Amino acid sequence: MPTASDTAAGRPHPEQRPGGRSGGSSGGRPTRPGPAGRVKGVALRWDTVIGILLTAVFATGLATTEGFADPGNLAFALNDIAEVALIALPMTLLVVAGQVDLSVASVLGLASALTGALWEAGWAFELIVPVVLLAGVAGGLLNGWLVTRIGLPPLAVTIGTLALYRGLASVVLGSNAVTGFPETYARWASDTTTLPGTFLPYPVVLFLALAVVTGVALHATALGRALFAIGAQEEAAYFAGLRVKRIKLLLFTVTGLLAAFAGIVFTLRYGSARADNGFGFEMLVIAAVLLGGVDFNGGKGTLIGAVCGVLLIGVLKNLLTLNDVANEVQVIVTGLLLVGSVLTPRAVAVAAERRHRRAAAATAAPPP
Amino acid sequence: MTTTLRPPPAAPPATGRSARALADAVLRAREISIAGALALLILSTWAANPRFLSDQGVKDLLLNASILVLLAVGQAVVVITRNIDLSAGSVVGLSAFACGTFAAGTEHGPLTVLLVGTGIGLLAGLVNGVLVSFGRVPALVVTLGTLYIVQGVDYWWAQGEQISAGEVPGAVLRLGSGSLLGVPYLLLITAAVLAATAFYLRSYHGGRELYAIGSSPEAARLAGIPIRRRVLAAYLFSGAVAGFAGALWLARFGTVVADNARGWELTVVSAVVVGGVAITGGVGTVWGAALGALLLTTIGSALVVLRVDAFWQGAITGALLLAAISVDRVVHLRVTRALRKRSPHHADGV
Repeated sequence: MPTASDTAAGRPHPEQRPGGRSGGSSGGRPTRPGPAGRVKGVALRWDTVIGILLTAVFATGLATTEGFADPGNLAFALNDIAEVALIALPMTLLVVAGQVDLSVASVLGLASALTGALWEAGWAFELIVPVVLLAGVAGGLLNGWLVTRIGLPPLAVTIGTLALYRGLASVVLGSNAVTGFPETYARWASDTTTLPGTFLPYPVVLFLALAVVTGVALHATALGRALFAIGAQEEAAYFAGLRVKRIKLLLFTVTGLLAAFAGIVFTLRYGSARADNGFGFEMLVIAAVLLGGVDFNGGKGTLIGAVCGVLLIGVLKNLLTLNDVANEVQVIVTGLLLVGSVLTPRAVAVAAERRHRRAAAATAAPPP
Repeated sequence: MTTTLRPPPAAPPATGRSARALADAVLRAREISIAGALALLILSTWAANPRFLSDQGVKDLLLNASILVLLAVGQAVVVITRNIDLSAGSVVGLSAFACGTFAAGTEHGPLTVLLVGTGIGLLAGLVNGVLVSFGRVPALVVTLGTLYIVQGVDYWWAQGEQISAGEVPGAVLRLGSGSLLGVPYLLLITAAVLAATAFYLRSYHGGRELYAIGSSPEAARLAGIPIRRRVLAAYLFSGAVAGFAGALWLARFGTVVADNARGWELTVVSAVVVGGVAITGGVGTVWGAALGALLLTTIGSALVVLRVDAFWQGAITGALLLAAISVDRVVHLRVTRALRKRSPHHADGV
C-alpha cells in the first residue's frame, strides 16, 4: 500500500529510489546535487538547453521568415498563448511541490461560461469579474481540500474535477455562445492594445509581471524553499516543521484563481463566452511546464525554465504557422519536444555517470 | 482492492483471523460497492422507464460499454505498475482510421483488419514501453508526448477526410453488429480479453509481479523482478488492446473520422480509478476497472433515458468519480485504523 507521501508525490518511476532523484543532473538549486551533479561537464542543465533552443528558434525566425520580427506579429504570437502562460505560472509551483492540477482548463471554461451567463443576465461587468474569480478560488479550494484533507492523489482528484467543472460550465451556459462584451474591457485583452512605448499586449505584460513575482517567490523566499522540500520528500518536509497541508491548499487555491482569471482573459480576447473554451488546455500547460525542465516527480525546476517552455511553445507555433506548416504537424512537434525534454537530460546524466565511472576506475587502478 | 501482493499480516492467530476477515470483507466491498451502485442505477432507471432493460436496451448498454471496457482493462494493467498510458485514446483514433483506410473498398476479412489494428497498437505500446522502462522517465510526460504525436499523425493522415460505412467490407461490419446465439461478438471478445487478463494477473508470476512493481518498486527490484521487461510488457499490452479496440470501433460504427475517441485518455483513466485501481499502483483488479467503465457508460445512457439534460452529464460523472475515490479512501483509512487497534503487530498499511 502506498504511503501518504507516496500518494501525494506524483508517480515516481518504478526503478527510482525513494525521494525520486535518480539522475540528479537537471535543475534543483536548493537541493544538493546528486552524484552525477558533481561530475565535471554536466553543468548544462535542461532549462539552459531550453533557453538556447528558444533563442535558436527565435533566430531562425528572424533569419528565414518575413514578418516574424514585426512587433505586431510578436505581440500576436505572445498574446495567442496568454492563457496557457498565465496558468503555467502556478502550475510550475504545483509541479515543483510534487502536485499537479488537471482541472485548470475546466476552471477556465467554467469561468468563461459564468462570465457569459452573468453578462447575459444583465450584470455589470465590474461585478462579474470578482464573482468569477471567487468561483475559481472555490474550485481550487475543493481540489486542495480533497488532496490535503482526504489525502487523495492530486492526479485522481483533478481528473474528477476536470469532468466536474467542465460539466458545470455546460450546465451554466449549455451550448450557447455569449458575445458582445463591452469594448472598454475587451480591448485590454486584444493584441492590438499594447503597453505604451512597447509592442506588448496587456495579458503578456501581466504574465511577465506575474512571472517575476512567481520567480521571486519560488527562488528567494522561505515559501519557495518549502515547495522544493515538499516536492523532494514530503514526509521529511513535514517532520522538518513545514505546514505541508496548508501550503498545498494555498497552491491549489491560487491555481484556481489564476485559471479563472485566464478564463476572463480568454473570453474577452475571443469576444465569446463558451462552456468548451480552452478544451484540452490542461495538457498544453503541463507540456509547457515540463518542457521547461520542471521535474514531474517534484523537487526540481526553475521558473525561468518554465517561462522559456511557454515561450518556446508560443514562438514555435507562430513560426510554423507563418511557414504554412499544418496544425497537425505542430501537434507532432509539441509531442516530440516533450518526449525529448525528458529523454535528453536523462541521456546526459547516463553519459556523465558512465564517464565518471570510467574515470574513477582509471584513477583506482594502480599505475603500471 | 482484493489483490495486493502484501503478505498476510503477521498478527497473533486469535485476533488475526477476525481482523483479516474484517479487512477482507471491507476491502472486497470495493468491487461489490461499484457493482451495487451500478445495480441501483440500472434498477432506478428501469423503474422510471421499463424500456431501459428491454432486450435491445441491455444489448445497447453493453455494446456502448464494450470498447471503453477493453481500454480500461489495458489501462488498469499499466496503472497497477504505477505508470500511466495517456496515449491510449489517440491510439484508438489512429488505429480506427488506419483500419478504415486499409479496409475501405477491399474485401479484407475481419481477422486481417483486427491484426492491422493490433499491430499499430503494439507499435505505439513499444515506443511508450521502451521510453518509460528503458529511458527511466516519468510515464505521464512520455505518454503525454506520444498522445500528441499519435494524434498529430492521425489528423495529418486523415486531413479531414472520413471513411463511411459504405466503403467498409461487409464482413468487418458484421463483426461489429452480428451475434452468436444472441450475444453480440463484440461482447464475447471483450469478455474473453477481460477474463484472460484477470486470470493472468491473478494466477501467473508475471501478473503478480506487476502488482509487486506497483506496490514497491524498490522491494520489487531487490526481489529480482525484471522491472523493465514487465513494464514494457504492460505497455505493449495496453497499446495492443487500444489498437484492437480501434479496429472494433471501425467494425461497430463503420464511419470513422480523425477525431474518434478524442479526449478518451482521461475517460479511460477515470473508469480505472472509479473501478478501484489505485493511481499510485499496486492495487486493483481488471474486473473493477471493467465495472468502472460500465458504470461510466451506464450513467450516460441512464441520463438520456431519464431525460436529464445532457448538459448535466459531465458534472454528474465528475461528482461521482470524486465521491467514489473519496469513499474508498475514507473506508481504507478506517479499516487500517481498526486493524491497528486489533493487532499491534500489524504496522503496515497507511
